[in-house]
Amino acid sequence: MNTPTKPPTAPLRLYTFAAPSRFYALTGALLPWLWAITLLLTAAGLYMGFFVAPTDATQGDAYRIIFIHVPAAWMTMLLYMVLAFWACIGWAFNARLASMLARAIAPTGAMFAFLALWTGAFWGRPTWGAWWVWDARLTSTLILFFLYLGYIALVNAIDDVRRADQAGALLALVGSINVPIIYFSVKWWNTLHQGATISFKQAPTMAATMLIAMLIMTFAFWAYAFAVVFMRVRAVVLEREAHTAWVDELTKGTRTP
Amino acid sequence: MKWNNASEFFAMGGYGLYVWGSYAVALLLMVVEPVLARRRHRQALHDAAEGSAHGSKT
Repeated sequence: MNTPTKPPTAPLRLYTFAAPSRFYALTGALLPWLWAITLLLTAAGLYMGFFVAPTDATQGDAYRIIFIHVPAAWMTMLLYMVLAFWACIGWAFNARLASMLARAIAPTGAMFAFLALWTGAFWGRPTWGAWWVWDARLTSTLILFFLYLGYIALVNAIDDVRRADQAGALLALVGSINVPIIYFSVKWWNTLHQGATISFKQAPTMAATMLIAMLIMTFAFWAYAFAVVFMRVRAVVLEREAHTAWVDELTKGTRTP
Repeated sequence: MKWNNASEFFAMGGYGLYVWGSYAVALLLMVVEPVLARRRHRQALHDAAEGSAHGSKT
């Protein structure tokens, strides 16, 4: 009688969260924290960027666009690789949740691609004298934007959901060749766009406070991407898992995640 | 702090249009996107509830 019996809980493994119901509950619990982190980091990054970082010697205050331009450009490249990775996992291992994640990432990646292009135009006008030039980096980033739109259009055009996921994975895989092209474009071609602001080989060529502001904004965008992708993937999970027992329990209020 | 007053801050050394034109669009997109995602989630919950209600009738 006195012997303490362990409750029969299943061992927690990484695969546990591959079940859409578990993932739905987990992301629901994480969301408030992710939004809080996003807001805190954004406030800190903007304060550093506008009130601590000095005016640039050559570009004046126009350079302050960097605090959203570079993080947006980094995020759109990273998100494409993450999208391609999960799309291929979903295809290769027939993992539904991975495919749902890939679909949830696409609009956010497209948004960041657009933001990188837009802020680039608003930075290029005062510094280069042109809103747009057909430069290797700008053109390859524009292609990335269209790859995101193409992926979204393709997966929505095919009615059979799993076939749509597979076609999307193929497009994402082929399109991922574009990401290293964007990254190395400033090295491979003579471009108007400046080279990498920070690299692993040499010390950064910018003031420490500018760099810190830019990195804080990068983490802010990172947290934002997690938050908004999780919000969207929860919607996708419900759309696809409707008519399953756990969603039924959820909508009837008998399940509380 | 390098700004002496608010108007100097908003002028951004003459680059106000470009700096604020960038930040305004960033703010707009990053507010609209979560709102749309939230709406989609609510719609999905609503549809799932409707579907299960119809399902239980039959």
